[in-house]
Amino acid sequence: MPKVTIDGITIEVPEGTTILQAARMIGERNRADRHVVPPAMCYYSKLETSGGYCRTCLVKVPKGSDKDPRPMPKPVPSCRTTVMDGMEVANTTDPTLIDARNGVVEMLLINHPLDCPICDQAGECDLQDLSYENGTAASRYEFERRTFEPIDIGDTIKLHMTRCILCYRCVKVAEQLTDGRVHGVINRGDAAEISTYISQAIDNDFSGNMIDVCPVGALTDRTFRFASRVWFTKPMDAHRDCDTSGCTGKVVLWLKGDEVLRVTGRKDQWGEVESFICNTCRFGKKDLAAWTVEGPRNIDRHSVIGQGHYTLKRVQPVLTSPAPNVPELAKRKELKDR
Amino acid sequence: MARKLLFEHIDKPGIRGLEGYRANGGYRSVEKALRTMAPEAVVEEVKKSGLRGRGGAGFPTGMKWSFLAKPVGVPRYLVVNADESEPGTFKDRYLMERIPHLLIEGMVTSCFALGANTAFIYIRGEYFHVARILEQAIGEARAAGWLGRNILGSGFDLDIHVHVGAGAYICGEETALLESLEGKRGNPRLKPPFPAVKGLYQCPTVVNNVETIAAVVPIVNDGGEEYAKIGVGRSTGTKLISAGGNVKRPGVYEIELGLPCDEFINSDAYCGGVDGRAFKAVVPGGSSVPIVPYELFLRTAAGEPRLMSYESLSDGGFVSGTMLGSGGFYAYNDAQCIVRSTWNHARFYHHESCGQCSPCREGTGWLDKVLERLELGEGRAEDIDLLWDIQRKIEGNTICPLGDAAAWPVASAIRHFRDEFEYHVTHRQKVKDPRHFEREPFRRAASPQIA
Repeated sequence: MPKVTIDGITIEVPEGTTILQAARMIGERNRADRHVVPPAMCYYSKLETSGGYCRTCLVKVPKGSDKDPRPMPKPVPSCRTTVMDGMEVANTTDPTLIDARNGVVEMLLINHPLDCPICDQAGECDLQDLSYENGTAASRYEFERRTFEPIDIGDTIKLHMTRCILCYRCVKVAEQLTDGRVHGVINRGDAAEISTYISQAIDNDFSGNMIDVCPVGALTDRTFRFASRVWFTKPMDAHRDCDTSGCTGKVVLWLKGDEVLRVTGRKDQWGEVESFICNTCRFGKKDLAAWTVEGPRNIDRHSVIGQGHYTLKRVQPVLTSPAPNVPELAKRKELKDR
Repeated sequence: MARKLLFEHIDKPGIRGLEGYRANGGYRSVEKALRTMAPEAVVEEVKKSGLRGRGGAGFPTGMKWSFLAKPVGVPRYLVVNADESEPGTFKDRYLMERIPHLLIEGMVTSCFALGANTAFIYIRGEYFHVARILEQAIGEARAAGWLGRNILGSGFDLDIHVHVGAGAYICGEETALLESLEGKRGNPRLKPPFPAVKGLYQCPTVVNNVETIAAVVPIVNDGGEEYAKIGVGRSTGTKLISAGGNVKRPGVYEIELGLPCDEFINSDAYCGGVDGRAFKAVVPGGSSVPIVPYELFLRTAAGEPRLMSYESLSDGGFVSGTMLGSGGFYAYNDAQCIVRSTWNHARFYHHESCGQCSPCREGTGWLDKVLERLELGEGRAEDIDLLWDIQRKIEGNTICPLGDAAAWPVASAIRHFRDEFEYHVTHRQKVKDPRHFEREPFRRAASPQIA
């Protein structure tokens, strides 16, 4: 079995494992080592051929393998690069790579509306986490941002193309979980958009999983729209006997009191659902009596939903223009009197 | 006069048709290869010739061919990349328009060497009339038995299909081309696997430029060693250069690699010098390669005379060198504005980015907008460093080379012509006139550093 060293931590992994999977194995072995795991916005282990697009998981490979120790000339996408025996990988230990990753995050944000205050995804958004860890406080982009009108695709899903980062995950869901893909990417470059084929509504048993795989607020649940901020809801693991083939019936209920506001798949520590669920479970069973509740769901990863218990994986570099000193401001009389 | 291999007979009457082509020694390489050579021997000749990919990257063709996987029972394909969309490049069009049978002959010989029984020509949509010419030529060749079943009684079968693209620069990238050929969205694939292992329809595939395949004809006819005698060092053979811009005699020239740059740009046999003003800058290999000041085009930073070859043009790396690229040569005179030209390039890459990976999708648009602001007299001093930073964050971080191609022209323009960018910030009113350097050429404070 090949041995790979990521940021100085060595692990032995099965043949054919990617760098990202190996890093996650290190993180699962010891929580303290989770800093070696590169962020991933488009890769999804449960979807074939996903990954490679967003470029946030880029890593440097200073040593290719024992057999061929030459360094790889360019940063490589860790989600799609297979480990070789003796490979050495730098994730957080290479300053040029951190610079490149910060660049990718900046690029992802220049056309993003940053409308988190009115976005249903806020609090469980991968892009929020990513920019919290790798972004800067201000953008250097001063031009008009690309915008699209939000559209309904089917009666349960809302598409806010403006927020999309084109990770292609939802396209892969449609390709691999449902029959007869009716949506995909049209147009090119920064005008590319997710769209349904001649505005056809997406209507099949597993379409709701597009909402779960969406790393941002581009695809949201219309039945949960503006119902609550996610951090005001209580996530509970629950299950039911579902007779849709392919659905495990294992879900998370997001409760406010006894009211089921939303049903989603169970997301693991890497933000991926453990199993896909059908639309009946997701949209059709908003009644607590329909479910066997297992207990509270532990959410540990997200920046906002952690309610102040969130810690950065690494120390942020000092910003060139420091943010105003808040305690200083609070001392000022006119602010105190207000 | 230098030797010509591809264009030797290009001005003969009737060369476009099979009869005229045959009368000038056409299809000799097919006869030689199929009757007297083993496929491996043809590959060996190509290796010996030192032929390098003529599409831009300059990868040794023989080596590419020898990487082709040969699993039993799986078809192999040859795909000819005729999606010639690099701005400034029009050599393949000229070849296909004038002498289409040369390409077809090269394809038959190459397919025989590679063991491919189906080949495709992926031609850009804007070359629709050229696709017609090719189809007509393929029809003639098939009727005469140069294509189809059991060619020359050797038991070798080959069919060639022409596929017309729909107008995307990105489909010139080999894996995007294959996706497009399969009928999908033209997005580049992640590599590995390389097309030599999993290409068209997941089968082993060789993708080569039109000129590369055409060059196989003289290599098989005269032998690889004979071909390798032309040129200098690892740049062997002849190269088609499409010259444009502010030169007296624009056109497509076949040159022996190693021709001095000074001779190419100033001699009447080629470009014939500048069109009445003074040369300012040169882009020798298509819009993606770094732009260099005229002085650095003639001589390297070390003061050596520069030659038209892969090695000599890239001497000095990105700091003072450039690349031979696809041979889309164009020169600027002192009336041209480098900022405007850079903006034009950036606009092109912005329009042509496929949008798959984030640095290129977002970064190309950003470059375009900042350059637009500078050129239209709305720029600020910090914009120049901003541009530098954006291109730095695109380069090397994308799936395919389009990101690099978008970044390099911006980087080189700032590196060599920073003073001109600064002029755009300090003389905002002047640059609002679109022909600002035509009336009053930009005077550089100092000529570029040549040791």
